[in-house]
Amino acid sequence: MVAAMWIRSTMAYRASFVLTTFGNFAATGLDFVAIMLMFSRVDALGGYALPEVAFLYGLSSVSFGLADLAIGSMDRLGHRVRDGTLDTLLVRPAPVLAQVAADRFGLRRLGRVTQGVLVLGYALVTVDIDWTAARLLLMPVMLLSGAVIFCAVFVAGAAFQFVAQDAAEVSNAFTYGGTTLLQYPPTLFARELVRGVTFVLPLAFVNWLPAAYVLGRPYPLRLPAWMAFTPPLVAVVCAAAAGTAWRAGLRSYRSTGS
Amino acid sequence: MGSGRLYAAVTAGGFRRYATYRAATAAGVFTNTVFGLILVYVYLALWDERPHLGGYDQAQAVTYVWLGQAFLSTLALGGGGVEGELMERIRSGDIAVDLYRPADLQAWWLAADMGRALFQLLGRGVVPFAFGALVFPVALPGDVLTWVAFLVAVVLAMVVSFGIRFLVALSAFWLMDGTGAAQAAWFLGYFCSGMLLPLNAFPGALGEVVRALPWSSMLQAPADVLLGEAGALPTYAFQAGWAVVLLAAGRLVQTAATRRVVVQGG
Repeated sequence: MVAAMWIRSTMAYRASFVLTTFGNFAATGLDFVAIMLMFSRVDALGGYALPEVAFLYGLSSVSFGLADLAIGSMDRLGHRVRDGTLDTLLVRPAPVLAQVAADRFGLRRLGRVTQGVLVLGYALVTVDIDWTAARLLLMPVMLLSGAVIFCAVFVAGAAFQFVAQDAAEVSNAFTYGGTTLLQYPPTLFARELVRGVTFVLPLAFVNWLPAAYVLGRPYPLRLPAWMAFTPPLVAVVCAAAAGTAWRAGLRSYRSTGS
Repeated sequence: MGSGRLYAAVTAGGFRRYATYRAATAAGVFTNTVFGLILVYVYLALWDERPHLGGYDQAQAVTYVWLGQAFLSTLALGGGGVEGELMERIRSGDIAVDLYRPADLQAWWLAADMGRALFQLLGRGVVPFAFGALVFPVALPGDVLTWVAFLVAVVLAMVVSFGIRFLVALSAFWLMDGTGAAQAAWFLGYFCSGMLLPLNAFPGALGEVVRALPWSSMLQAPADVLLGEAGALPTYAFQAGWAVVLLAAGRLVQTAATRRVVVQGG
């Protein structure tokens, strides 16, 4: 309902809605244009050709786009904590998390998902994959688990804002930074960085690990093959951890005095 | 001279205002550093595959990455300049108060934005840049003169950046909600300024075009001065040319807007 309200309010300025949706589409699109420009100068990056990078890019963008569409407004929580308007949400008979997620719900974010789907489509047409039942099954599983993992990162970032209201931008490093990182092949990055996003902040399970399996390429860390099928498990653990952080944050909330 | 003092005070105010939010600044430094890290590895691989792409060697390409991160908020390449506030004032009608002030609208906001940009350069730009220079191999000039020439180019870049964003903000007089226009300007600027890929690495005709656009005076121009790839004087001429054109256009639109548009609010 809150989301529907925000959709109606956005539609009040129709020209702006069209521009922002297109803007979302184009802004993420230019990301990919830059990658294509790189590939106009080289044939491969870290051993990955353009279709394979497009495959990684599409998976990362769609997962992130879905999470962003669902709860991308989390960075406004800090404002609400600071000016005390979070109180309004607390007294309403609906889960606070759902309300914060729907706050300023932006249908324009569909632009990002659309762009990701297009790139993924291009990748699936051009990339050479030896399709098996397991690989086919892994595709939707990977996208959904990826979206859940990114949602968990968004929620954890929001929980952090209860502690540091002005520091909302830190979570951008993991959300937007995360999706940017995953758009490139894991072979480009320093081993410690790859380890970090595999074992500490498990972003690698969004696409790197399962995509390496689908593409039939070795993952730089030499993990057992069945690890490619663990994204749903990782997603559940992430969601649980983020939920705990969120509840702890909400409990620690003290309204502003005035 | 009275008006000079006024605008200096506005600039100082803009500086102090952004300096207030220390946690936000620290958060921004962290985020810029993370993005810089990602981009550095991509560029290292790119220049490994194709040495001397765009006339840069690997160390120059790495320096370019960290310059980009240092300028991201200074030149408001990712949004976040004064234009958001200006647009909100136009939408709500508060702009009427600004127009009554015995100060010029454009000059006032330019002064405020310069204050913001100076703070962002010191507060948000220096740390990621220093981090990058310490951790990765970079190409920095040894003589003071190049650094001074570079800083002049940075100031000109700030003016050009404001010139574009002021025009974008004024579009709110006609569109009411300027979010769309601001976003369109943002993604265009992000791409055309060379944040994603240095403009001199752009291929063929596309490269020629983007290097002639105003955005190339924002990141590419100061970077080339620092990296010794371009002479200071031709760079200044290019930047100043765009600054004059954009500010003049802003002035024209401002006159049209204040004459023709009915301000909102009762």
